[in-house]
Parts: sequence; structure tokens; C-alpha cells
Amino acid sequence: MKLEILHELNAERAARRPAILVTDTESGEQRLVKSADFAKDPLRAELDKQLRMGKSASVEAGGKKLFLNVYAPTAKLVIVGAVHISQALAPLARSLGYDVTVVDPRTAFASPERFPDIPLVAEWPDTALPQLNVDAYTAFVAVTHDPKIDDPALLHAFERGCFYIGALGSRKTHAKRGDRLRAQGAKESDIARIHAPIGLAIGAVSPSEIAVSIMAEITAVLRLPPKEKEEAA
Amino acid sequence: MLDRDEDILKAAEDWQKAGRGVALATVVETWGSAPRPAGSSLVINDEGTFLGSVSGGCVEGAVVTEAMDVIQSGKPRMLEFGVADETAWNVGLSCGGTIRVFVEKVG
Repeated sequence: MKLEILHELNAERAARRPAILVTDTESGEQRLVKSADFAKDPLRAELDKQLRMGKSASVEAGGKKLFLNVYAPTAKLVIVGAVHISQALAPLARSLGYDVTVVDPRTAFASPERFPDIPLVAEWPDTALPQLNVDAYTAFVAVTHDPKIDDPALLHAFERGCFYIGALGSRKTHAKRGDRLRAQGAKESDIARIHAPIGLAIGAVSPSEIAVSIMAEITAVLRLPPKEKEEAA
Repeated sequence: MLDRDEDILKAAEDWQKAGRGVALATVVETWGSAPRPAGSSLVINDEGTFLGSVSGGCVEGAVVTEAMDVIQSGKPRMLEFGVADETAWNVGLSCGGTIRVFVEKVG
């Protein structure tokens, strides 16, 4: 591997931008495809698929054996609301490989006793979220049920282009939330991105089951191709 | 999407910049119950220091030896390990899988 390729790859990884290293395993020839260049790449279908799966693989293209080495950032999960569901959600998400952070200004909720070993930020979203580097590889859930906390958090998630945004609440609650966010200048397309009611419809009752339905939905959004994603939703 | 190769590529760059000869070995194909998935890698320097893994310990020794040659020659090579061939008995992929490992020089 040429040093400049290695250097560029490390820079992309440090910036949490996905990249795929394409190696011709016979000639040793290599090129790095950055996420911004995927769409115009001749291998875009293969690149998109492997990135979505987060899996490296050998493929044949144009008579060449190519190895696609996928470098995807570790996904993050930001949970706004240190509630009962979050106590089940945080360890489950961590077991799925997510870097998890819980945000809740209410110190009685955001206590280490309730969330052993989980990074907690007991601040209001306006203070807590900017320091968390919320990005396109972040899944974002707002589960406090309190508009004073959830609404500004969701506005931040829109701004950062999170790959998944979910919010707790019935359809009725969600309709009211839509009105409030609209009044604060949120775009219709952003409001439409919120998964609410949150989680896949699996009849979840307990906090742990709701956590499973949320992680199942996040997994579907992360892994499924766009068409099947719509069908699952 | 667990963290992987977190320090490996950084080490490759750091070692190279420190003037060491460096090689990178990467699992490019697996068959059967291979211990580490495609994309797993091992970085080796010319002192024989290495970081990472391509098989969870079974064939690293053999890969490091080959990597020394690659650092010398600058030519990449493909290694295959599995129970079906002679070398595999020597280095022992006990899981019964087969892996192909691409070894290349860095820099």
C-alpha cells in the first residue's frame, strides 16, 4: 500500500467518513474510494452493497479479481432520555457494537446507578449534543416524552443528518410534535424522517421488548437496501 | 460494526514514518468456518513486531515470516491456509476453514 493511500485512509477514518480500499490482488494495484466519490465510481453498486453490510469482500469485475476492504465508522447511538426503556436499550445497543451515550438533564434519571458503565451527559440537549459529534453514522432516539428536552434534540439530529431518527410517542403525540417542530422552522422532509411510533411493530410491551423493536428498526435502516427498507417500515 | 483495525493502520503509518520496513497482511477470502472475517488484518515491521490478527493465532507465525520476504522484495503475494493442503497441517488452521491472505509492503 502506498503511503499516501494509507495516510488518506487514516484521515478518512479519523473523520468518521466511510471509505473502501479496492485492491487488484493479482497486480497489487490499489485505489481508495472515499464516500463522496462512490456515486461516480464504476463499481458503485458493489461499493454501496458492501458498505451497507459493513463487510469486506472479493469481487470479480472486468476480468480482474478485486478485494473491497470496507472501512466504515463505528456507529453511534445517542439516547436522549435516561428513562426505563433506555436502561434496556443502552446495553442492547452496545452488544450490537454501537458507541452509546445517554443524555438527560434530569440528574435523578441520568445516574450511574441506573446506567452502569454507560457514558452519561446530565445536561440539556443544547449543551450536551454539540460535544458528542453527532453525525451521519449516528442513530438518534428521543424518548423523554418531554417536548422541552426531545424537541431541541430532534432539531439537532436533523441538522447533523443522522441515519436514523426515532421518537417515542403515539401517532397523536407525534402529530403534535410535528406541529411544534414546524413552528420552530423544521423542514417537512426532516419531520418525515422521524420514526414514530418508534421501533418495528412487533407488539413490544416491556421496556426490554421496546428496546429490541428499536434496535431492529435501526438495524433495518442501516443494513437494508432502500426499497426493502420502505417495505419493512 | 464493531471496532476493528483501529490501531493497525495507524501503527502501519507510524512505523513506516519512523523508518521501519512495514508489511500489511489482510484476509481477502474465507471458506468454511474461518476464525476471522475478510478485511481482518495484521501489520508487521522488519523487527518482527506485529499487531492485529488474521486467524486468531493459528497462522500468524507463518504470515510474519512471509511478510519479511515481502518487505525485502516489495512484491505483494497471496497466501492460502486451510486443512486441505500440506502447509495447513504445519501451521494448523484447526477450525477446518480456509483463508486467503494478501500480503503487501507499505510505502
